[in-house]
Amino acid sequence: MTLHDVSLDQPLFRVEGLTKRYGQRIGCADVSFDLWPGEVLGIVGESGSGKSTLLGCLAGHMQADEGKILYRGRNTLTMPEPERRVLSRTEWAFVHQNPRDGLRMGVSAGGNVGERLMAIGARHYGDIRETAIDWLGRVEISGERIDDRPRQFSGGMQQRLQIARNLVTSPRLVFMDEPTGGLDVSVQARLLDLLRGLVRDMGLSVIIVTHDLAVTRLLADRLMVMKDGRVIEHGLTDQVLDDPQAAYTQLLVSSVLQV
Amino acid sequence: MTEQAYNFAYLDEATKRMIRRALLKGLAIPGYQVPFASREMPMPYGWGTGGVQVTAACLTPGDTLKVIDQGADDTTNAVSIRKFFERTAQVRTTETTAEATVIQTRHRIPEVALTQGQILVYQVPIPEPLRFLEPRESETRRMHALEEYGLMHVKLYEDIARHGAIATSYAYPVKVEGRYVMDPSPIPKFDNPKLGGNAAIQLFGAGREQRIYALPPYTDVVSLDFEDHPFDPSKADHACDLCGSGASYLDEVITDDTGSRMFVCSDTSYCTTRQAEGHTGRLSPKGEAA
Repeated sequence: MTLHDVSLDQPLFRVEGLTKRYGQRIGCADVSFDLWPGEVLGIVGESGSGKSTLLGCLAGHMQADEGKILYRGRNTLTMPEPERRVLSRTEWAFVHQNPRDGLRMGVSAGGNVGERLMAIGARHYGDIRETAIDWLGRVEISGERIDDRPRQFSGGMQQRLQIARNLVTSPRLVFMDEPTGGLDVSVQARLLDLLRGLVRDMGLSVIIVTHDLAVTRLLADRLMVMKDGRVIEHGLTDQVLDDPQAAYTQLLVSSVLQV
Repeated sequence: MTEQAYNFAYLDEATKRMIRRALLKGLAIPGYQVPFASREMPMPYGWGTGGVQVTAACLTPGDTLKVIDQGADDTTNAVSIRKFFERTAQVRTTETTAEATVIQTRHRIPEVALTQGQILVYQVPIPEPLRFLEPRESETRRMHALEEYGLMHVKLYEDIARHGAIATSYAYPVKVEGRYVMDPSPIPKFDNPKLGGNAAIQLFGAGREQRIYALPPYTDVVSLDFEDHPFDPSKADHACDLCGSGASYLDEVITDDTGSRMFVCSDTSYCTTRQAEGHTGRLSPKGEAA
């Protein structure tokens, strides 16, 4: 994908003072950041720190209570629903932790990859199928398996299929919620490798939520550390991981097992 | 109880008025599913309670009613619904398509072209074309509202991937006036081309699902397909064995246990009319008018 129509001197995605409450409790509070074209932002924190709430609000799955989300200058919180839906099936993509949430389990691999294409008006069966085979190849799934259902795939393959399904329309911004969760380490490593390649080649901007610091070390350019719904530290990945300032971040970094 | 104990056409006037409002709204927004307060009818769901309510709301004492079940006028469902309206509305009934002003149908559109002034009422089991793709009603309504119909093509894609062709042969989804995707009720896809540009008013009633939708005369209706796998209104590759018609939709009838079979028009009224005109087929009795 080329980036010619994305302005490089303004952020692709800007979040200002985003707050989400669950009654009296805070989901996430006062989160602000900029995401630039081609940048990968990692969000880390322990369970219950508001990572997934934040991601849900950003992707429009949940309604935020306060703040602004600007995508290429347009406020997605006040945007009409049809427009937001068009955005989320063309320029945005969402990779779920559990591939079962992001895939149609009763539909073949080819149908899964083709769905977004058909949703934006592709009506030529041969072309759709060709694109699907191409994308299965890119995520290292053999083209022969195009007519198999995701049920017949291993966990790692399902996750790769979900990624293919999301990237087929060449989105600009990808939200990922623990994309490597539930996979064993060798499969994780290959998936991360694949993701890193795709992000580079397609010039994707990515917001990736994870509790695995190794994932952020490999993928993320910048890192946001969350605790109790607030951002407590924000900076370049290497800087945050090698020289953590906040007490909680120090704890988080030191609790990673060194093999 | 005497027949006079019923209001004309069984339903009370307030109910008919409610249904007519839903019908008018349906006609104003072709293909849109209008919710209505479906009543209990003296027959089980699945036997055409939706169609019967729509017919009851449309009938006037001067109307002539025809009832079709799978193309035939003489099967259980057709006979009992026709009797029902003979008793409760005392309307004239007919088996001839051209004579009827209101036609209630299950699973077929008559072969003879309908004319202006006729009303065709369909019995619909499941009005939601997206139901088996997306089980949540809240979600399918939103998909209709936002015109998100990519999923419908995923189903057709799956058909081609698995069978080499679009294997959906009845209840084939259509797009109405470039806007709503509609389930045409379980008519064979052979009948789909007759939905569009039809001179008659077409009304669809789903009793259990409490939905009414409609096609006004001369509405634009397109069957969904792919550019390289265009819609094909197929039928059995035979002529009718009784009337010789090569253009009508056929039923296959097994005639013995050694594999003999015959093909006959599914539209009985069309077939008997043609036979009366002297057309013959492969199995017509010999010696009769040729």
